[in-house]
Amino acid sequence: MAFLKAFGSYLPERVVTNAEIGARVGCDAEWIRNVSGIDERRFARTDESVTDLALRAAQDCLERAKVKAGELGMILVASGSSERQFPGPAASVASRLGLTETPCLDMPMASAGSLFGISLASRLCASLGPILVIGAEKMSKIVEREPMERGVAILFGDGAGACLVHPSNGFAKVLDCGLYSDGAYAEDLKLPFLTPLEMNGRSVILQASRKIPRAIATLLEQHRRRAADVAVFLMHQANQNLIVRVAQALEVAEDKFYSNIKNFGNTSSASMLIAAAEWSKTHRLAPGETLCFAAFGAGFHWGALLAEGSDA
Amino acid sequence: MDKRTQIVEIITRVAGKPLPADPSESLFDSGVLDSFGLQDLVTELEHIFDVKIPDGDLTPRKFESVERIENYLEEHGK
Repeated sequence: MAFLKAFGSYLPERVVTNAEIGARVGCDAEWIRNVSGIDERRFARTDESVTDLALRAAQDCLERAKVKAGELGMILVASGSSERQFPGPAASVASRLGLTETPCLDMPMASAGSLFGISLASRLCASLGPILVIGAEKMSKIVEREPMERGVAILFGDGAGACLVHPSNGFAKVLDCGLYSDGAYAEDLKLPFLTPLEMNGRSVILQASRKIPRAIATLLEQHRRRAADVAVFLMHQANQNLIVRVAQALEVAEDKFYSNIKNFGNTSSASMLIAAAEWSKTHRLAPGETLCFAAFGAGFHWGALLAEGSDA
Repeated sequence: MDKRTQIVEIITRVAGKPLPADPSESLFDSGVLDSFGLQDLVTELEHIFDVKIPDGDLTPRKFESVERIENYLEEHGK
């Protein structure tokens, strides 16, 4: 048994508008909005690291959950933009939370990282105790690598999100997840060392448009639920047009897919949890209502997770 | 209606733009299709030609031009 206890997030202060980023890559603000649904994104300060962002989201999540860092059984950090090859940010986050022996795990997975992290945590928390899952990205330092590529530069932003997965109580019980990976597409979205991010956007959209709805539909069918019955879909904020396509494929209203990509862009592994944290500030999942996470990213890795409102 | 004409009609309807005269010219490079237009095109091809295009065949290159689309459908008995 595993429960979602609370979400948390952190967004850097600096707002980067479409006009600002467009001027650097030769396109206008309206075009960026049309192809992505993005109006602005946040860029971290040069002295802010992935660990800094992750720590702030972790603190926000623990505060909302009313759980002390010392109660954690594990910390799991997903990031595709970590400053070092190793060690990743997880142990540093733990250290800055005052922890000296809590096991930590880094997942260099990019966009699907938080989903895989929550899924893993939901299976491990019964034996380890509460697990803090964090997605943290400083994509600005990657998109600013020369030569800046328009299709990449307009999409990404910085930020961090977190979710506390608890073994005995929370606002939603994790029902199940369906995770998938296919390395045949590894070359279609990759970040080589010290060079710009490479993305075959057409392949990403083609595959994501099919694989995300299929992962969601398969999971719903296994649990004898309909997409129309889901209270909220919290999906990786990759592109608003993709979110709309997934909603259409599942034949549900677009507004069932919570979206904040307009304000924060695509923050890779952090985006799903940043959206969840924002959603949870103004919404409550009633007991019995269904929440559905979904993500797709480099690998390709993709999947979905169902949780049900709980009063535990 | 022959297959090529059908393909051209489908692309024109999906993209809402005129196609390049050369059937081997890239629909991407010529600005006819973007990523989402390509996804719509594949969905329409499956519907109109009653063919299931598996994920493994879903590479942009296979659907890059009228000629390539025609070849793909022929290879799959359509």
